[in-house]
Amino acid sequence: MGLRRYAATRVITMFAVLLITLFITIALVGSNMDSILKQGIAYQVRTEITEGTTAAGQFQSVEEFEAFVQERIDQRVAILGLDEPWYSPQRIGLSMYKILLLDFGHATFLTSDLGSSDVRDIILEKLPRTILLFTTATIIISIVGIFLGALAGSKVGSAVDRLTSSFAVISSSFPVWWVGMLMIFLFAFTYQIFPARATPDLSPEDPGYIGALLYHMTLPLITIVLIGFGAWAYLVRNFMVGIMQEDFVTAKRAIGIRPRRIIYLHALKNAAPPIVTILALSLSGSLGGAIITEAVFDWPGMGRLYFEAITVMDLPVIIGATYVLTAFFLISIFVADILYGYFDPRVRTGQ
Amino acid sequence: MSTTHARGGAQGATLVDLKKEFLGSRMGMAGIIILVGLFVISAITVAVIPIETFQEWNNPKSWISYPKTAVPAWTNIMLAEKIPEHLVLDEPASVTTSTEGGVTSTSQEFVVMFDYDGFPNDFIYTFSAEYEGSPLMQILVLRPDGTSIKLISKSLPSSQDVSVHSERIFSTDSSIRKNIMLQSDMFEFEPGSISTEDLVFSATDVNEVLKGKYVFTVDTYSVEHFEMTGSGLIVGGKAFGLIGTDELRRDLAVGLLWGTPLALFIGITVAVASVMAGLLYGVYAGYRGKKTDEVMMRFNDVVYALPALPFLIILSVTISNSILLMVGFLVIFGWVGIAKVSRSMSLQIKVRGYVDAAEMMGQSRSKIITRHIIPQLLPYAFASIAISVPAAITTEAGLSFLGLGDPSFPTWGQILHDANTFGAAARGLWWWMMPPGLMIALTGLSFVFIGNALDSIVNPRLKR
Repeated sequence: MGLRRYAATRVITMFAVLLITLFITIALVGSNMDSILKQGIAYQVRTEITEGTTAAGQFQSVEEFEAFVQERIDQRVAILGLDEPWYSPQRIGLSMYKILLLDFGHATFLTSDLGSSDVRDIILEKLPRTILLFTTATIIISIVGIFLGALAGSKVGSAVDRLTSSFAVISSSFPVWWVGMLMIFLFAFTYQIFPARATPDLSPEDPGYIGALLYHMTLPLITIVLIGFGAWAYLVRNFMVGIMQEDFVTAKRAIGIRPRRIIYLHALKNAAPPIVTILALSLSGSLGGAIITEAVFDWPGMGRLYFEAITVMDLPVIIGATYVLTAFFLISIFVADILYGYFDPRVRTGQ
Repeated sequence: MSTTHARGGAQGATLVDLKKEFLGSRMGMAGIIILVGLFVISAITVAVIPIETFQEWNNPKSWISYPKTAVPAWTNIMLAEKIPEHLVLDEPASVTTSTEGGVTSTSQEFVVMFDYDGFPNDFIYTFSAEYEGSPLMQILVLRPDGTSIKLISKSLPSSQDVSVHSERIFSTDSSIRKNIMLQSDMFEFEPGSISTEDLVFSATDVNEVLKGKYVFTVDTYSVEHFEMTGSGLIVGGKAFGLIGTDELRRDLAVGLLWGTPLALFIGITVAVASVMAGLLYGVYAGYRGKKTDEVMMRFNDVVYALPALPFLIILSVTISNSILLMVGFLVIFGWVGIAKVSRSMSLQIKVRGYVDAAEMMGQSRSKIITRHIIPQLLPYAFASIAISVPAAITTEAGLSFLGLGDPSFPTWGQILHDANTFGAAARGLWWWMMPPGLMIALTGLSFVFIGNALDSIVNPRLKR
């Protein structure tokens, strides 16, 4: 199988997964969505009747009034197509089609900072911030991790190696969000260096906004890097340990190439394929973890949006955010797959 | 939740070797020691702390006699100025009953050793009595300097027939205040604006704590039937118990201790179930090969590509947040990576001679899988179980931290959720934030140690 064919089958699988995810999401929240929408309509109809043109006095009895209200509600439900159950093929098909075209509808409660309730606007506003924080963190983590890992892996059993390995093991068992709480406790309240809430007070239109955002980003960034780089270094170290035992390294040593050159040029180059693949995966993995981390730091990104949407059950936002998160996740899996297939042709044959 | 290690194969390490090498690994033994410690804590908790206390975790009524956000009592060891400890005396030190001229008098004594450098927050006398008629109640306090203060003297609500009356008399009670003001001559300072408890526990010359033994005496006088069914004194302080208390007056030690068996249950169940499911799935797909393999692996790809955390959140919100279902949800996302690795390992094993031989002898498929392939993968399975446990525990803790946990079984994550909601970081309530996280980390660490030790035995290239 050539790389192109391999890529094509992956694309098809990924698209299928995207559709399945979307379907499961709608199936899970669909019934809730209907009852919430219907309650909304009932409330709307009642306020219109009590405050509007139709005088409540023209009804003979309470029953008559209720019957009238119910009739109006039913009418409106039928207009919106809500009389069919959410699991009817037309409705699922229509909503999936709309969502695929990034038409997520309007949020029930949440709005963007600029006041728009269009789910797409909200997501477009939050997404760059999440990418800013987590991509920056992942890049720093991978750079520190790769160099520390290469150093540790080339001197197995040395102080650097043991320190790196034990730090990796210990840091990987701490939940990031808990360390985040401690960091806030330490550096925002005990020593007031950084702000406790990562949301800048300025409006996004203010010229100083970018600066404020970066300042507010420091504490979450330090926390994520602190907890993340150990595991990376350990991973790279393990790859390096394997590669440093290969014959070609021994040969290069024998002909007198400087050790530093061997480690950073030749050995690291050979460890590149799995490292690049894992980098692609961890970029998206960090987006999923963002939900809890952003909730702790109050960082105004996708994760916090997701958390807020869950708290108030804002279903269009939940569906939209899940869709976008899944799409990012799939894209990075895809990139990882392609990179792996490119570096290691054995994968393409499926063996 | 999936292991991304690239693996060569399971050759070499048999279960016996695994055990032998593992016992020689310092890291593995350290993990085992921590784990045994956690199991001991769990066993003690289950045996000593009644599960009812724990199930009442979210019921504010059952924590009413505890202090609000009290620091752990042991902090006093390190402090020069001793913080008043919260004292709950469930029953009197002594009870004397006597009948004289038709009047039954009961005298109950509560002894409070007060050696702290701050005044208590308050004191509360709580009792319930079964009586007929209208008995009298009088509370006196005998102080270390020999003086005594009459706190209250009142008649209990009268009742025609035998009935039960329960009451809590607070130090803020206005009649206590009035009584003390009547005896205020004993103080050489102006007591006007000073609260009741600060006067009762004060020296007479200046308004400073008078250290020593205080005896609270509760006397009741009744002509008819009278029986005290419960009687207790609470001296409200700012330090309490092993871990302190939270904003809702809950004893954090109870939550933390009960959290241990829960976390172990969640972690181990999820890990074992995920690894078993993944192992069987992967081995079956690999062994059958061809179309079966293709279909099963595509399904595996689909589950692998589902973003776990958002889905776990949606599932817990829409379906249920019961702890058993949560375990199931975690398994749904946990088996995928293991299935992938098991499949590729079984692909290597099935072409070996003895599997061919077994096939030729006409052994059934299930027998070949269970007798010849799975035993080869067991060392890897054990390592994977140990490695998957911390992920399961932190994921559950994370969900609970978001407030999506099972309210009837509070976990460490939920304690942290409450800490975060009540702004523990901003208020410096370290005893509320630190212990649950440390417990999560410690539990994770023990399994990571065990897992890494097993892993380096199964994957000899990582050693050296």
